[in-house]
Amino acid sequence: MAQGIWIVAEQREGELRKVSFELVSEARRLADAMGQPVAAILLGSNIKEKAAELGKYGADKVIVADDDRLTTYTTDAYVSVIAQLAQAQEPAIILLGASVQGKDLSGRLAARLGVGVAQDCVALSIEDGNLVAKRPIYAGKAYATVTYTDSVPQIATARPNVFELNEPDESRSVEVIDAEFSLDDSQLKTKVAEVIEEAGGKVDLTEAERIVSGGRGMKGPEEFAILEELADLIAATVGASRSVVDAGWRPHADQVGQTGKVVSPNLYIACGISGAIQHLAGMSTSKLIVAINKDPEAPIFQKADYGVVGDLFEVVPALTEALKKVL
Amino acid sequence: MNILVCLKQVPDTESQIKIAPDGKAIVTDNIKWVMNPYDECAVEEALRIKEKFGGEVTIIGVGPKRVTEAIRTALAMGADKGILVDDPALTGTDSLGTARVLAAVIKDLEYDMILCGKQGVDDDSAVVGSNLAELLGIPQVSVVVKLEISEDGSVVKAHKEVEGGAFVIEAALPALITAQKGLNEPRYASLPGIMKAKKKPLDVKTIADLGVDAGEVGESGAKIKVIQITPPEERAAGKMVEGETPQEKADKLASLLHEEAKII
Repeated sequence: MAQGIWIVAEQREGELRKVSFELVSEARRLADAMGQPVAAILLGSNIKEKAAELGKYGADKVIVADDDRLTTYTTDAYVSVIAQLAQAQEPAIILLGASVQGKDLSGRLAARLGVGVAQDCVALSIEDGNLVAKRPIYAGKAYATVTYTDSVPQIATARPNVFELNEPDESRSVEVIDAEFSLDDSQLKTKVAEVIEEAGGKVDLTEAERIVSGGRGMKGPEEFAILEELADLIAATVGASRSVVDAGWRPHADQVGQTGKVVSPNLYIACGISGAIQHLAGMSTSKLIVAINKDPEAPIFQKADYGVVGDLFEVVPALTEALKKVL
Repeated sequence: MNILVCLKQVPDTESQIKIAPDGKAIVTDNIKWVMNPYDECAVEEALRIKEKFGGEVTIIGVGPKRVTEAIRTALAMGADKGILVDDPALTGTDSLGTARVLAAVIKDLEYDMILCGKQGVDDDSAVVGSNLAELLGIPQVSVVVKLEISEDGSVVKAHKEVEGGAFVIEAALPALITAQKGLNEPRYASLPGIMKAKKKPLDVKTIADLGVDAGEVGESGAKIKVIQITPPEERAAGKMVEGETPQEKADKLASLLHEEAKII
């Protein structure tokens, strides 16, 4: 019978990404409720030394697949290895990050195993031995609570920045196991020709703990300098509304909303954003929302924890100065 | 080069979403249905490839009759023909079931590339594309913002958006690509395009035509079951920061963030 919860750890350039620890933490809570073990699957090359970190957050064992062809994520190689392991060991549940990698991997893995996947979950629980997942639909205008039928394993991806991290326990020991798998080069039909890192190494919006976002009220692309300055001070990533992206002031990768990034930072500062429904859908799970807008009737104030009615060209620089004093 | 585009019709992103009394679906009255925004990018990219390499663009949709509107829009943009799978047995079909239906359509077609949107902006699952690529046994590259095809049309180089950068992925064709916004600027259908689209072939098929077993689709075949749909949690009422001058408001906000919320 299927046993245990697996998480698929995510690494880039040999460094574990934060969502990996969020997955282990949540898997530990679910596994304790079921009285079952947690295993982390770690794929990469020369990656074994990272296994202990996963143990500190609650993994009982780490299954390491070490191979040069697993250095950087490719759908073909990763799905092949994880499917082989899952078919041999039959975990009850597999959790992945709802990152670009996790979303790509989970769909293909699910089809290979003939099971369902619940994508981008914000809450997970166990009912009658089945995984129950809550996930936003329509970019968060509604939530669907779903479960599985006829699916072993039950696969879900967890939205980054949502699941609480366990306090790392330095004394926890973890069993590290070498995975048994085979990779057939003829099955690997994609290859990574190049990895492009964005200049400045800024944190992606979906992973950012703080976001300073600008809308139509910014009046032009050069005016974003005042948001960049505030963002630099508080280690935030700059985002934008759809109208700003459509106007060509900011690249699409900066767009927050239903056809952009859906974000959950600890702090979201919306500057000159009126709050169109498709924008609100993309940021309303932020933990604290600040809105700065000239128009007191702007819908963004309905979502804001702190609202400032005023000219952002005066308020934002003044806020930056004021924060310099308290930091 | 023959290209297939899988297309979905979704509520416009400006739509308010209301939950049906049974708590398991949304209210679809008064919804404005549009082509999924990411699928517009997929259609546009297919047309650009056709313009360069020749061949045909075929649009495939799964869903009720109204989906023909979205398919006609793609035909008006310049696609050559459409196929809609419309069958009452499809109600309640999940991602894997949809992928099975698409795979059944595609198995009889000749193609070099399949393009899909990176996700539907309704269910937000981003699963059908990779499910379909697996069922067809072809490589996939998802969330693509730039696409280059070798002169001989055998290899695709796709820029895949990842957190904080991009991976450039090479794949042999045929391959399945999912489109991210930014891949291109979708064209509008021209008036002559709209007129021409009315005469383009649009086949409607049932699952029996495709040899798909009713048990594999619909609610009975779904691996994922919806227990309930709920509205988002209301946020507690916020606080307006008062002050005589912008300076005063900014100072107050800074201290609220630092001392009350303790977030900075």
